[in-house]
Amino acid sequence: MTQQLVLYPLLLQMFLSIVLMFCWRKISWQRVISIVGSIINVGVSIWLFSYIWENGTQIVLAGNWKPPFGIIFVADTLSATLVLLTAISGLAVSSFSSASVVAARLKFGYFPIFHFLLLGLNGAFLTGDIFNLYVWFEIIIISSFVLITLGGEKAQLEGSVKYFTLNILASMIFLTAIAVLYGLTGSLNMADLALKVAAIENRGLVSITAILFLVAFGIKAAVFPLYFWLPDSYHTPPSAVAAIFGGLLTKVGVYALIRVFTLIFVGDQFIENIILIMAVLTLFSGGLGALVQNNLRKVFSYLIICHIGYMIAGLGLFTEVAIAGTIFYLIHDIIVKTNLFMVSGLIFRMRGTNSIRNLGGLYADYPKLSLLIAIPLFSLVGIPPLSGFWPKISLIIAGFQAERWWVVGAIIFASLITLIVIAKVWANVVWKEKKELPVRLNFRYFDKLKTIRKAQMIAPMIFLSLVSLYIGFGAEHIQQVSSRVAGELMDNQQYIEAVLGKEQIIDHEE
Amino acid sequence: MKTIILRTASTYLLPLLLMFSIFILLRGHYSPGGGFVGGLIASIAFVLHSFARGLDNTKELLKIHPGFLMPIGLALAFLAGVTPVLFFDLPFMTGLWYPDHLPVIGSLGSALFFDLGVYLVVVGVTLTIIFTITESA
Repeated sequence: MTQQLVLYPLLLQMFLSIVLMFCWRKISWQRVISIVGSIINVGVSIWLFSYIWENGTQIVLAGNWKPPFGIIFVADTLSATLVLLTAISGLAVSSFSSASVVAARLKFGYFPIFHFLLLGLNGAFLTGDIFNLYVWFEIIIISSFVLITLGGEKAQLEGSVKYFTLNILASMIFLTAIAVLYGLTGSLNMADLALKVAAIENRGLVSITAILFLVAFGIKAAVFPLYFWLPDSYHTPPSAVAAIFGGLLTKVGVYALIRVFTLIFVGDQFIENIILIMAVLTLFSGGLGALVQNNLRKVFSYLIICHIGYMIAGLGLFTEVAIAGTIFYLIHDIIVKTNLFMVSGLIFRMRGTNSIRNLGGLYADYPKLSLLIAIPLFSLVGIPPLSGFWPKISLIIAGFQAERWWVVGAIIFASLITLIVIAKVWANVVWKEKKELPVRLNFRYFDKLKTIRKAQMIAPMIFLSLVSLYIGFGAEHIQQVSSRVAGELMDNQQYIEAVLGKEQIIDHEE
Repeated sequence: MKTIILRTASTYLLPLLLMFSIFILLRGHYSPGGGFVGGLIASIAFVLHSFARGLDNTKELLKIHPGFLMPIGLALAFLAGVTPVLFFDLPFMTGLWYPDHLPVIGSLGSALFFDLGVYLVVVGVTLTIIFTITESA
């Protein structure tokens, strides 16, 4: 049973999407199947995580072909953690979308595609083969194209064209990079690549390949010069879709960067400096962008970019403390960003607009919900002891140890800007006096929803807020996980040994 | 496009192309071919029929909506993949083979069912796309 445990999250999502496709027209069934399936998925992911936590890295050989020839799936602590986080966000968004996405969209296969997206995410986190990683990226972007265009409003199509173009470009660069790497080494297995790339004498060519990977994943992760597609497209689809995009899609790019630059291209000072410069500029540009926006979801979109900077900065510093900070930030960010986009969806349902200027009086009308909204907002800023605070400590300590003062400065500056932005949002949306807005006809306001739909919208927010609070107050546990992940990532021999076995590595050295 | 030549030819071409697609599907294990190409050829058969006879006739011939083939095909491919996990405790997608050779088909294995699933998905997707475009044009 446990031998194949690594694959269970994948198989479950695949199974769910097939079952949902059979119930194509029965939306009420789809809602139930999706939520129940997501709950089971959380259970399976917890099982996988605890198994990996106790027994270390596990691998599965797909089709029983031995590495480095066959495709393998590897679950180390990082992969298992991310699969668990995907399951948690997936459950929240599944419940939220069954209440907030309109039936016209659900009728055209929203739920099957949503689970295909989760399948792609899980696959990308678990695969140990770089070409297979590309295939999972394709599954992710094809599903996300459908989700972002479903409904076909004008603004949506405009946003999706930008999203589509840049993501296809990223995929093409990624594929080119794989081709060059395959030409250099003759292998696609990531552990095998790690050994073979280290042995290549033409370091210039290796650096160029690394840059190709950096650009491809940089577009996906939305880092500094390559982020323009994100704020233009994330505010157009329904907020449930934006929640899963904002929470997880850019983080796959970050995951791929972390994996490739800790396993395959290690210890290249030139690349590390480039990553650091990109990180600092990302922190500045994302923060400043968020400051001037008026649409709530655009503000959150720019904050995604800003906070990608933290994770990339940790990767660029490349010490164990810094990587631990990156992983902690990743854990915190996935939960909080998913929650924030759901909050923006809730506010949209309450008032019929997301324009900060026109919003207001939320505290007077919904005092308890306002307090709920406060948790993700202030976790994002990182007011101690909430969850955003702890990873920044690790990052700043790592910056001091490496004597990179400008990185420390940028991290502190970005935190300050985040604080200003969130304070502005809080004051304008929650505390400011209510403005009289024109009543929209045929619009399903929050107050008019049935109780069960209200519960389906609020429950995932409470759930994610509790997880956020746990990350903040139980920071010791999360720090343990991040330190262990950082230890595994810094010492890539562990990963290679788990995949290839000891004998093959010795063969290779001879 | 309703010329008498095409209409007459299409009645013969439909079964011929379908048989050819099955042939391509079966030879795909070691030689060029397989579920994807086979599925494309099968959908060409139906598309040609719809050009010659009109979309409504083709839909009548198909009986079910082609979109329905997608989950069936996916389910078949999925089952071919998980059978070794569930019953033989082997890794996902391991090829299981029936020991004896069968006439016509040759060796029978789980890979054939996977390819058959791909075949059905490709037919379903292609026909759904083409029918939708034809209807809205």
